[in-house]
Amino acid sequence: MTASTSPDPQTRPVSGAIGVETIGMTKRFGAFAALEDVSMKIEAGGFHALLGENGAGKSTLVKCVMGFYAPTAGTVLVDGREAEITNPKGAQARGLGMVYQHFTLVPSLTGAENLVIARADAPAVIDWAAERADFAAFMGRMPFRLNLDRPVAELAAGEKQKLEIVKQLYLKARFLILDEPTSVLTPAEAEEVLGLLRAMTDRGELSVLMISHKFREVEAFARSLSVLRRGRLVGGGDVGAISRDEMAALMMGERAVRQPIARLGAADPDRVILQVAGVTATDVSGLRHIAVEDLRVRAREIVGIAGVSGNGQKELADVLGGQIRATGGQVRVGGEPYAGTRAESRAHRVRFIPEEPLRNACAPRMSVAENLAFRAFDRRGEDPDKPPTLWLDRRAMGRRAKDLIARFKVKTASSEAAIATLSGGNVQRAVLARELTDPVDLLVVVNPCFGLDFAAVSEIRSRIVSARNAGAAVLLISEDLDEILELSDRVLVMSEGRLVYETPAAQADVGVIGRHMAGHH
Amino acid sequence: MVADTAPHTAPQAASRGSEPANPPAALQVRAWLARRSEAVAIPLAAVAAGFLLFSLFLLALGKSPLGFLDIVWRGGFGSPFALQNSLQRAAPLLFAALCVALPARLGLVVIGGEGAIVLGGVAAAAASQPLAGAPPLLAIPLMALAAAAAGAVWIGAVGALRAYRGVNETIASLLMSYIAIALSNHLIEGLLRDPQSLNKPSTRPIGEAFAVGPMPGMDVHWGLGIGILACLAAYLLTERTTIGFAARIAGGNVRAARIQGLPVGRLVTTFTALGGACAALAGFFEVAAVHSNANASLVAGFGYTGILVAFLARQNPLAILPVAFLLGGIEASSGLIQRRMQLPDATVLVLEGILFLAVLLSETLYGRFRVFSPHLWAGKRAAAGVPATVQA
Repeated sequence: MTASTSPDPQTRPVSGAIGVETIGMTKRFGAFAALEDVSMKIEAGGFHALLGENGAGKSTLVKCVMGFYAPTAGTVLVDGREAEITNPKGAQARGLGMVYQHFTLVPSLTGAENLVIARADAPAVIDWAAERADFAAFMGRMPFRLNLDRPVAELAAGEKQKLEIVKQLYLKARFLILDEPTSVLTPAEAEEVLGLLRAMTDRGELSVLMISHKFREVEAFARSLSVLRRGRLVGGGDVGAISRDEMAALMMGERAVRQPIARLGAADPDRVILQVAGVTATDVSGLRHIAVEDLRVRAREIVGIAGVSGNGQKELADVLGGQIRATGGQVRVGGEPYAGTRAESRAHRVRFIPEEPLRNACAPRMSVAENLAFRAFDRRGEDPDKPPTLWLDRRAMGRRAKDLIARFKVKTASSEAAIATLSGGNVQRAVLARELTDPVDLLVVVNPCFGLDFAAVSEIRSRIVSARNAGAAVLLISEDLDEILELSDRVLVMSEGRLVYETPAAQADVGVIGRHMAGHH
Repeated sequence: MVADTAPHTAPQAASRGSEPANPPAALQVRAWLARRSEAVAIPLAAVAAGFLLFSLFLLALGKSPLGFLDIVWRGGFGSPFALQNSLQRAAPLLFAALCVALPARLGLVVIGGEGAIVLGGVAAAAASQPLAGAPPLLAIPLMALAAAAAGAVWIGAVGALRAYRGVNETIASLLMSYIAIALSNHLIEGLLRDPQSLNKPSTRPIGEAFAVGPMPGMDVHWGLGIGILACLAAYLLTERTTIGFAARIAGGNVRAARIQGLPVGRLVTTFTALGGACAALAGFFEVAAVHSNANASLVAGFGYTGILVAFLARQNPLAILPVAFLLGGIEASSGLIQRRMQLPDATVLVLEGILFLAVLLSETLYGRFRVFSPHLWAGKRAAAGVPATVQA
């Protein structure tokens, strides 16, 4: 098999853009409706932005279009004709392509090799001379200049993203879906990539549907937009006809803040429990940097940090939880420097409830009883100054486990069962039982209700508020703005690694918060 | 107490079915037994399966698998002489297996015990020279200490590389093992060489006075007794102390361990260093009780058989005792196998390799059999509640 069977980009010109329309798209996961009756139309040659909070249904919608999900109801029209797309290959065959937030290239292969292996009809033996000639012609028509002979691993993030887009165009995509395409790019790279795509749509070669959180990008490059909220299409129209405040209001909606239990008493202004001063850090990939100049949490106060996923919240939590080391600045707890050692966390009564507790707070194959003992297994009495014990008291561990399982209503067949066999809500209850049975001075909570059902959510939120009422300082990092507004005394917004906005929760304006979350300060 | 002030907003999901979630004590014990028996049954099944596979190998060579078992029995276990021979061979395996089992608590796979054994033997031989003339009761422990220190530094370095620089401990320990053996050869053939060792370069003999003798009433050296004590101590450390529990947390989920403020780096370095010290003690006994000097005979593969022992024992220091005895017996019978069955001396290696493969494959079977599920044995009501829990 040689290049004779491969499609020849030279002889088949790139056909023009195609339009896509969804009619009544609905996707339910069990009783939960991720997408409810969404009908929207993207004209051929359009550049459409899809806005919405985390969990608003943006990804679900595009996954239904691309055939990753089978929609519960609804149809997709491609170029005005009904198209039954049951898998991503079907979508590709109809000229739909998608670029993901995360790279899907093989790092050790060159750009050219990545393009060839992505082709559905790549021959068993590849005639590289012929392929190269094809590529030269193909790249001549591309908006980007790229060196296809370098291994992908050597490319900068912007070049990789360009290669992802080129790959879709090589696969003859005429309708391109971009899932937060600029989250891995620098502002200058983002500008360049989006500008070139916009030019392609202007020439009628391509249609683009872009998921974005950033108002500035939407206004600069998109021609029209739609806003999803809680799985429903709540508004949209031409860019320019809708102000940023209106976009934010559509995204955030009218929020009735539920109160699970009342916050009692006010923050103690003189007792700053947690102080983060000038802390800088970089995540393991080296891509995300945070710089938190001044963050204070006082006793009997819940400080909520809102933000779009991936704006440095995880790194901040990782610094506080001892996962990564700060490159500068200082974390102080109770007035003393804090590095997250066991002795320090015991002396200052610091507790931590990370997101996805089974992955981050439990040893999945150890038993429920053992997992419940992580905090107290080496404690000698209540006095934190006493040195830890040497001998493990298995009986006490078992007694304590039974007590905690009963008090926090953890449903498990046996305290000896591996904790991985429990449901998500019960794992979270077990973690709360472990972290909240003793008096707490500082509680750091990250996305505590992610993926939990309604009953578990209200119970867990009540526990957090009662810890605060009992005098704890609580730092709540959450991607769920409702949760932040419901629980917090003070709301901060984190964007691109910095705290960019602060407001007392009582005076919080969701529109303003939304604008700051979208990078518009 | 914070939790006491929390309202008991009992969610509907939790009160599905009116009984409390916890079954009575007797059923808890049954559940515990079910969970524990899995750790015995699956390795036994793996050994049986491995031997069946090995039988095919024997049949292909025209030999009888039953005859093979008979010879292993006679060569390794059937007579007092055979038993002592097996125990003698089990002694270094105990130490070598601990070098795998202790780091395994932290989720590390360390396979470089062989190098620590050799290095420990050379360190013991080297230490014996300046101690010449000292009282044996002082000198012998000092030689053991020198060996243990060498092994601790060697394998502890592997742990430190892992904890602080993220270097893969399996590869690092294997490469460090090659370096240790090369370094030992260099010392034996150079700096430490006894000028009188002509054909087989060796260090100077440690001297009659420093030789470690047999244990009372048997012909097996003290390495066996100390090895058993080391296994018991390792069991206490890993299962009964808070340090061992902390190591298990770090091995189970390093992120969770860091959130609890546990000193993960120190735990990793300590456990690998302890493992290295144990392996080096095997080298010490090989020199002090068997060879009387350090030479190339130290590179006898105990470190590698120790890996098999540790995996068969599921990294449990107590289970290492019977498994090391079994493997010691198989190795003890290898001479008889060669003579009686006219099989090459690598036959035992083939058996060990097949057993190892079977044990590694059996690792994927844990949690697959309902019969071992604690849910099944924790009582009917609780068992009925399991699907509900999973859905909740």
